[in-house]
Amino acid sequence: MATYQNIFTQVQLRGHLETGVPLGPGNEPRVGKASVSYWIGKIGNAQIGPIYLGTLGTASIFCFVIAFEIIGLNMWASVNWDPVQFLRQLPWLALEPPGPQYGLKVLPPLAQGGWWIIAGAFLTTSILLWWVRLYRRARALGMGTHVPWAFASAIWLFLVLGFIRPVMMGSWAEAVPFGIFPHLDWTAAFSIRYGNLFYNPFHALSIVFLYGSALLFAMHGATILAVGRYGGEREIEQITDRGTASERAALFWRWTMGWNATMESVHRWAWWFAVLTTLTGGIGILLTGTVVDNWYLWAVDHHFAPSYPATGVVDPATLPAGGTQ
Amino acid sequence: MSGNRTSKILGISSVSVAFLLAGCEVGPKQSTQTGYRGTGIVQIVDPKTVARGAGKPIPANVYETPADTGQRAREVYQNVPVLGGISADQFNHFMANMNNWVVPAEGLPASEQGCNYCHNPENMASDEKYTKIVARKMIQMTQSINANYTAHVQQTGVTCWTCHRGNAVPTYRWAAGLDEPRSIKGNKRGQNTPGIASNGYTSMNYDPFSGYITGPKAENIRVGGGVYTPKPGVSTQSTEKTYALMIHMSKGLGVNCTYCHNANNFQSWTNSSPQRAVAWHGLRMTAATNHEYMTPLQGVFPAASKVVSYDSARLGPKGDVYKVNCQTCHQGVNKPMGGVSMKDQAPYLWPAPAAAPAPVSAVIASRQ
Repeated sequence: MATYQNIFTQVQLRGHLETGVPLGPGNEPRVGKASVSYWIGKIGNAQIGPIYLGTLGTASIFCFVIAFEIIGLNMWASVNWDPVQFLRQLPWLALEPPGPQYGLKVLPPLAQGGWWIIAGAFLTTSILLWWVRLYRRARALGMGTHVPWAFASAIWLFLVLGFIRPVMMGSWAEAVPFGIFPHLDWTAAFSIRYGNLFYNPFHALSIVFLYGSALLFAMHGATILAVGRYGGEREIEQITDRGTASERAALFWRWTMGWNATMESVHRWAWWFAVLTTLTGGIGILLTGTVVDNWYLWAVDHHFAPSYPATGVVDPATLPAGGTQ
Repeated sequence: MSGNRTSKILGISSVSVAFLLAGCEVGPKQSTQTGYRGTGIVQIVDPKTVARGAGKPIPANVYETPADTGQRAREVYQNVPVLGGISADQFNHFMANMNNWVVPAEGLPASEQGCNYCHNPENMASDEKYTKIVARKMIQMTQSINANYTAHVQQTGVTCWTCHRGNAVPTYRWAAGLDEPRSIKGNKRGQNTPGIASNGYTSMNYDPFSGYITGPKAENIRVGGGVYTPKPGVSTQSTEKTYALMIHMSKGLGVNCTYCHNANNFQSWTNSSPQRAVAWHGLRMTAATNHEYMTPLQGVFPAASKVVSYDSARLGPKGDVYKVNCQTCHQGVNKPMGGVSMKDQAPYLWPAPAAAPAPVSAVIASRQ
């Protein structure tokens, strides 16, 4: 029997290329001819295309490219258009949001954050168009809409970080810069500013679901690979027509932890964990600064964190002569 | 799997592991708990880094410090307004020590070493060289720090050597960066520049000093509000500037955040270590030093256009004087020069506190 025991797919099927089901009215034709890639076949299906681009897809890609260009060209300009410095400093470069002096001004000067607003608008448009496209393609294939709703959860966190929370706080300066290290430094500063996000219960939930997602993914992936020799990778068939692969996988978990998910329910577990990661994360960010300003003190207040004995140190600025030096 | 393939995979993995770990410091570390249990308040130091950071040893006294007896300096020399009150013997001794501390013989051209760096050898009393004006101001600065800022420098105090370490211009200094252009070309928005000494390899503000330590008083860094009440006007962006200043302090002193802070809530003073209050006074000292002693030298230093290389520049790129920050004295260790006082070499640099407001004594209560 063909095996799936390796990190690469060892069997590649070759035959007539699949064009997919006929599309109903209101759909555009798929774009491009299907082809076969040996190397892509090592990690997935060897067939490439045809792709369904459509109006939404085209518009989404167009908006994304504009946002990408604005961000990239701003970064390049910031190193005086030096290509070497652009590559060397790339992880540090950023397109920064407007400063706090601009509040929620719709379009501050371009070099002072205006480009950030424009790039953000195009990126948001691109992402929302892509969501509609996902939804419509799922419907066109007669599928459920689980993928677009999971994506919507990620979009929620994205919008909270870059739009909803800044609007509630009244300043674009609260938003995240576009950039690799800059957005990480923003994250650290954000946590410290608001009394340590570690004590934000929604942040904690988000981490639980994030790590839980990784755990579930590892357990499920390992289980299916482990019963691949019995055809376990044919999960959909195994849901309705339980074979020896499914039996063994279920038995394995009942033996080791006393209980098992089913071939179907494990996917619901994974979906909800993934969706709840960004859903709870977004709630946690939204409450920060708007409702709670210091999460550590909030957590002490709510018996969620211990308070530690005072060290006896006093803020010198509060002492009578504190301001004289 | 064949042996050949195994060794190839092993080879590739060991090379990549070595590559990934290239930035790490190998070797045992010393870890000391300095705060309440379970809070992670620990200082982790690499003994090798500490040894490297020790730097040049403190120069030996040129000769035994003379007693403050006999003729006063002002009776023997002309134009000695600051140290005219000490004995001429002490004055001569101090001049010889200053040569050693600031412009030692090694590595400098003849015109830039020894007495001639500040003095016209034909007329030692003349103020014609700008370096003499600067040196006089720096002596006053040293006396002011030792007299008024014991909350920070304690009884250890500072001398010329603390900052200069044998260099005419102290190695660790800062000046304002150029203004950001109005266009996007060359515009970093004051951030996002790696390898700047002030903020390490973060992408945060590369000038976290202006405003905080330019004086006249140091701004209090208070980005946090109450439990539910935000502090108005403090954005996450401005928090990044204070964060960059903290990175500078951490690098400048060779300590982690937990040297001063309890990481569960950085703002809280009641959970901070006593060192944080010492650092608070240090920021006030630095701001006052820059305001009262460095910035007033603006017209004295030669313009940047008159010097040949950046290393010998006496003014920053924007034309302001170089100023001090934490690293100027600390140079990578929590106690400059291992906490050794040089008072025995120059006791007159420790005058009685001036008539100015009395310094706030360090707020150090015993740890519970």
